[in-house]
Amino acid sequence: MENTKKKFNLRRFAIASAVLYIVLLIGPIVGLDIPVIVESVKANPLQLVQFFIIGISNGAIIAIIALGYTMVYGIIELINFAHGDVYMVGVFTSLTVLSVTGTLESKDPGKIVFGLILALVIAIVVCAVLNATIERLAYKRLRNAPRLAPLISAIGMSFIIENVGLMWAAQAWLVPSFGTTGGASQKVFPDMLGVLFTSMGWDVNLLASSGLALRLTIKDLLVIILAVTLMTGLYLFVQRTRLGKAMRATAQNRDAAKMLGIDIDWVITATFLIGGGLAGAAGLMAGLYNNTAWWFMGFRAGLQSFTAAVLGGIGNITGAMLGGFLIGLLASFSDGYLNARWTNALVFATLVLILLFRPTGLLGEQTGQKA
Amino acid sequence: MLELKDVHTYYGNIHALKGISLTVNDGEIVTLIGSNGAGKSTTLRTIQGLNKPRTGSVVLDGIELHKLPAHEVATLGVAQSPEGRMIFPRMTVMENLEMGAYARKDITSFKDDLEHVLTLFPRLRERITQKGGTLSGGEQQMLAMGRALMAKPKILLLDEPSMGLAPLLVELIFDIIKKLNEDGTTILLVEQNALMALSIAHRGYVLQTGEIVLADDAKKLMKNEEVQKTYLGVE
Repeated sequence: MENTKKKFNLRRFAIASAVLYIVLLIGPIVGLDIPVIVESVKANPLQLVQFFIIGISNGAIIAIIALGYTMVYGIIELINFAHGDVYMVGVFTSLTVLSVTGTLESKDPGKIVFGLILALVIAIVVCAVLNATIERLAYKRLRNAPRLAPLISAIGMSFIIENVGLMWAAQAWLVPSFGTTGGASQKVFPDMLGVLFTSMGWDVNLLASSGLALRLTIKDLLVIILAVTLMTGLYLFVQRTRLGKAMRATAQNRDAAKMLGIDIDWVITATFLIGGGLAGAAGLMAGLYNNTAWWFMGFRAGLQSFTAAVLGGIGNITGAMLGGFLIGLLASFSDGYLNARWTNALVFATLVLILLFRPTGLLGEQTGQKA
Repeated sequence: MLELKDVHTYYGNIHALKGISLTVNDGEIVTLIGSNGAGKSTTLRTIQGLNKPRTGSVVLDGIELHKLPAHEVATLGVAQSPEGRMIFPRMTVMENLEMGAYARKDITSFKDDLEHVLTLFPRLRERITQKGGTLSGGEQQMLAMGRALMAKPKILLLDEPSMGLAPLLVELIFDIIKKLNEDGTTILLVEQNALMALSIAHRGYVLQTGEIVLADDAKKLMKNEEVQKTYLGVE
């Protein structure tokens, strides 16, 4: 027993040192040139703060998506690979709502606020229903199948939704073109918050008067406030309400929950509804914040949020929030000081390292009685 | 009150219950005894609806339980302290007890019922804010029983309440079972500790590899030679 444990540790260290070696070897090519980074931090220390702000804002969005992964995993031990794409649908839904209601062309603050709230509500509803439908279609029948089966059908759902997104993006009457941000299918998501605040005569940058070369925008604050509100709401919901307690009970022992009169199917559906709704809200937030709508954006968001959920301890709601902010910071610093195209690799490497050294995550929970 | 008729239950291809028929009348303690793998827990799971019988019927006061999903069976007044206790390890004792009352439509008497359970099991009162998973085995057993009682069941199914407990605690638990019954709760008790079970039960059934081989008054079963040899350890 002792011996196998030691061997296992040795193997983990071998893998970790291999990863480190590769990182150091390829590092300079991709921009991980430590002296250069140190120089640029020294030359412009404020930039560090700037990346921090961006990281926290993006992290808030990642955290909201990660909640969907972690809640679903907590309750049926399935990684819902289609979740990132549900978020993508959230981005497109809100963009379409803003376009159809004429909010995009409007300069009237009242109309913009109304349009944004409507977009938020509709994105939440659409994503909630979509997520619950995915569960009914692709996962429910496989609940007692080997675990690989629902995983594969989750990946299948992910491809299907991505293709729906691809077609959606091509419909000019649904997604008006304001130009592209990169590839031809990467649409601009108009900066409605910027328009709104300018029309109200506010300076979008809250730090404009300070004279510092820093941007802390109302957008950043809004994203963070909305995210923290949603997270607190969810936390209280799960801790205090009848349905929330039923969810925790189901996650901890499904048979016991059934024998106490908890309708498992409804609890699972509710979990998917809530997770999907959060992804919808995150979709609008991300669209407004990053100003991009792309059919493939769910992949990167999904990868980052899934890593965040694992980093925080999958199944743990507080952990997903913490992990979200940490991954947001990691991605932001990587985008800023390395090269944006390597961020995904870095996030993946983080995922590998967590799984190797601390599979239960930072705030990991014991899986309890389930052997 | 509760009647099983020719119940056959399978786990995949394994034929676990081979035609179980039994009745539990109002106000009785009925015990199911038998060795490991005889099908005692499966019988309780089948009554509860966690396992569905392939053929046969489970009827409670005229309602066919075998046609209902498990969570609806619970709302009809069937509560169970299951094998392995199955408490919620990351919920507090209080939350575990609250979950016990989940199926009840009227929870006006929740406070009184909670008080009743905490009086029966004073240890739970001391541990009320602790997480279920941090309790000792005996305390978890009390919690599992307390949780079932919070449902105010018509019939209480108890699966091995004495398992893994110190002898003193076993006596305490059986005293409580007896008291519950005197207060009007109908009980179906599954036990390996046949002596204890038969000493408080009115009637008993002996289960062997998925079949009922003996059914009689508890007192007569205690005197039965076969039962004495196999389950009571009397030479």
